[in-house]
Amino acid sequence: MGASWAPILFFTVIWGAVGIVLPFFVPKGPNKGILQVILMLTAFTCWLFWLCCYMAQMNPLIGPALKNNTILLMGREWQEHNPFL
Amino acid sequence: MGSLFRSEEMTLCQLFLQSEAAYACVSELGELGLVQFRDLNPDVNAFQRKFVNEVRRCDEMERKLRYLEKEIKKDGIPMLDTGENPEAPQPREMIDLEATFEKLENELREVNQNAEALKRNFLELTELKHILRKTQVFFDEAEHGSVVSQMADPSREEEQVTLLGEEGLRAGGQALKLGFVAGVILRERIPAFERMLWRACRGNVFLRQAEIETPLEDPSTVSGDQVFKSVFIIFFQGDQLKTRVKKICEGFRATLYPCPEAPADRREMAMGVLTRIEDLNTVLGQTQDHRHRVLVAAAKNIKNWFIKVRKIKAIYHTLNLFNLDVTQKCLIAECWVPVLDIETIQLALRRGTERSGSSVPPILNRMETFEDPPTYNRTNKFTKGFQALIDAYGVASYREMNPAPYTIITFPFLFAVMFGDFGHGLIMFLFAGWMVLKEKPLAAQKSDNEIWNIFFGGRYIIFLMGVFSMYTGFIYNDVFSKSLNVFGTYWTVNYTRSDVINNRVLQLNPTTDYIQHPYPIGMDPVWQLSENKIIFLNSYKMKISIIFGVIHMLFGVIVGLFNHLYFKRRLNILCEFIPQIIFLVFLFFYMTSLMFIKWVKYAAIHPVYNPDVTTSSYCAPSVLITFINMVLFKSPTKLPPCDPYMYGGQYSLEKFLVIIGVLCIPWMLFAKPIMMMQERKKKHMQNLNSHGTENGDIDGSGVMQSQGQVPSHKEEEEEDMAEIFIHQGIHTIEYVLGSVSHTASYLRLWALSLAHAQLSEVLWNMVMKNGLTQEGWGGGIILWGIFAFWAVLTVGILVLMEGLSAFLHTLRLHWVEFQSKFYLGQGYSFTPFSFEIILDTAQATSEATD
Repeated sequence: MGASWAPILFFTVIWGAVGIVLPFFVPKGPNKGILQVILMLTAFTCWLFWLCCYMAQMNPLIGPALKNNTILLMGREWQEHNPFL
Repeated sequence: MGSLFRSEEMTLCQLFLQSEAAYACVSELGELGLVQFRDLNPDVNAFQRKFVNEVRRCDEMERKLRYLEKEIKKDGIPMLDTGENPEAPQPREMIDLEATFEKLENELREVNQNAEALKRNFLELTELKHILRKTQVFFDEAEHGSVVSQMADPSREEEQVTLLGEEGLRAGGQALKLGFVAGVILRERIPAFERMLWRACRGNVFLRQAEIETPLEDPSTVSGDQVFKSVFIIFFQGDQLKTRVKKICEGFRATLYPCPEAPADRREMAMGVLTRIEDLNTVLGQTQDHRHRVLVAAAKNIKNWFIKVRKIKAIYHTLNLFNLDVTQKCLIAECWVPVLDIETIQLALRRGTERSGSSVPPILNRMETFEDPPTYNRTNKFTKGFQALIDAYGVASYREMNPAPYTIITFPFLFAVMFGDFGHGLIMFLFAGWMVLKEKPLAAQKSDNEIWNIFFGGRYIIFLMGVFSMYTGFIYNDVFSKSLNVFGTYWTVNYTRSDVINNRVLQLNPTTDYIQHPYPIGMDPVWQLSENKIIFLNSYKMKISIIFGVIHMLFGVIVGLFNHLYFKRRLNILCEFIPQIIFLVFLFFYMTSLMFIKWVKYAAIHPVYNPDVTTSSYCAPSVLITFINMVLFKSPTKLPPCDPYMYGGQYSLEKFLVIIGVLCIPWMLFAKPIMMMQERKKKHMQNLNSHGTENGDIDGSGVMQSQGQVPSHKEEEEEDMAEIFIHQGIHTIEYVLGSVSHTASYLRLWALSLAHAQLSEVLWNMVMKNGLTQEGWGGGIILWGIFAFWAVLTVGILVLMEGLSAFLHTLRLHWVEFQSKFYLGQGYSFTPFSFEIILDTAQATSEATD
């Protein structure tokens, strides 16, 4: 209910790769630790930010209230077959 | 370790330098810039130090160089800045340098003096030339005038005769031998001069004046001001008046020049003056040429000389901090040194010794000390800006966890949560990206515009802020307040034509119009168009603010754990870290998990996916009310079809969490002081025991002594304990109340994000929309103007001002909400003896005074 697994898996894998796999491949040097922290924090914050947005929309409690011209335009532009024709 | 997580390990070292080698060694250390010397003679005043004479000589040289520089700038000769960095010269070269500067200065002063004398001479001659020319006119007029007046007005002559009679005639006869003086005076003094003459001589003098059209150079002022002057000639009668007139002229600083009476003499004199002016001009030109040659030669080297002299001065200044050995053969220095760099420093010292030709190597000894070492974070151009943000709050205590590495990401991220707009982020990203790409040429320009320097210094911060703003803006689906429909909306319209025509606003139904799984990345574009988007976005943004806030604070507490582990403060882990983390997790992190539960569990009622009414949107509880009820142990009010709890066993779990959470408060408050007290008592007992055995050996006097000591010691300890209790109390209250207020404080993420989105939407609707709704090709022109207006406001208000405000709020979130969980910030920063820093500051101050 609510979630579709494809995007969740996709994003988790992508950010997981950045935050968990990439830090192992950081070249040796004085800045290795810093680069690892940067990668991990970036991946975590970006992943969580995306996830929160996804989950907030997963099960909407209310629907968007739209003006009638907006609805007409949505029907014409965003829908494959226009219900108002 | 050498990284940014903690400050460098430092050690206090003692340095023994052979007197002959000291100069060269300190010079090498200055080039290295890794050593901070301590003043070993703090009570010796500056004038009594050993190398005060050398410092004074350097000051003198610097003064001469500044004089030279001023003269060079006055002539507008470009100073060659090759950017090379000459080494500090040997002390014996100082004499050569001094001689060179002395010679140059004297030469220049002489040239200037000569030029001044010549110019004064030139001025006098030009004035004389003007006098001769102008007075010629007066004399001509006087001759003609007397004839004309006699011709035109014979009656006046008649009157005179009748009035004055014989005496008058005789007097008139004498008046034909009028005396006169001629001179030059500043033009603005003329009226006063005239009045004074009239009053002092009772109207018995006759003044004529004429303006010199071309301004004259005044050699008495340094800059050679241009002044306007006038020529005057005064006719009078008798010696008494003559002295009076001369005195008045003197008083008004008028220069008087001899002026022959006969026209032929005057002509001859004028010829003489002209030839002398010509001669003077050639001499003056040669003097200026000479001066120019001297200055051009000096301009080639002056930057180099400045560097050399400043380096010598810095070295002697440092040598003044050293202690002299009793035998006078050895200088002793104490310095703070990063442990990792001891090898490099020793190498530099060896180089210095070789250079000075001394045979005895310098000795670098590590010393034990109880003093707090300075904090030294080795930064690079990327991390420097972030470290500066942290240091602005307070320099980290020695070896404390440094928040800077985490700030590199959390700072731009939290900024972007508030500033989330893809378009505004892009502007920021492009601007900072340009600064990063053109880094070297821009840095070489060395602008003294403060605002530009702030932007340029923070270019990597701004760059990351731009990148993250683009990401959050994409997730918010906000580009200049418009949305992108990348994946196609996941909401459909199922209304009929008549529904749409009969209703102005229609709400889509989440049961029927929603595809049942959300837009894959970010906000569905339909929300940007909706009338009730604020209700939806507020609930979403408030939740993410709290989620990220609680995680940020938890992170801070965990960083604190690493501090306790590093400093081996077992007591702090047991009595501070554990209750702190339990308190935060059991109360506030639990609240964030309620948010996730609500997101997953409650949905609009749906025949297939969500047929149960207890999880329908009607029954969805408020997370905030649930949390308040939890803390107050209140059971939620029951509404017939709904279940008041979100999951089974919620009430008892919450009760448990709150009780444990509240129990953490006394734990934090009392555990540490009580444990410390016990430990002390134990130690005290041991001490007493040892005292006892000692007393057994020594006779009664020792007993008396120890008895006298013990009570006072105890008193002190009690006072100490009271202080610890108070300190712990403050700490606990700060943490507990802080957890509540800081969690609420993170709501600023939501508030600013809302404000930013609203402002950019208002700007679009009030400005840009007007341009887009114009028709015809005239509308295109109007759109062009309106777009310019909109673009200016977007950059000025939405990017710059809103960016600044979001920046400050982010700074606060880091300084207060995050760092208060672990950061002491009571250190002092490492200020190494480094030529680079010294030269930069010297240059900056000299440019500031210009």
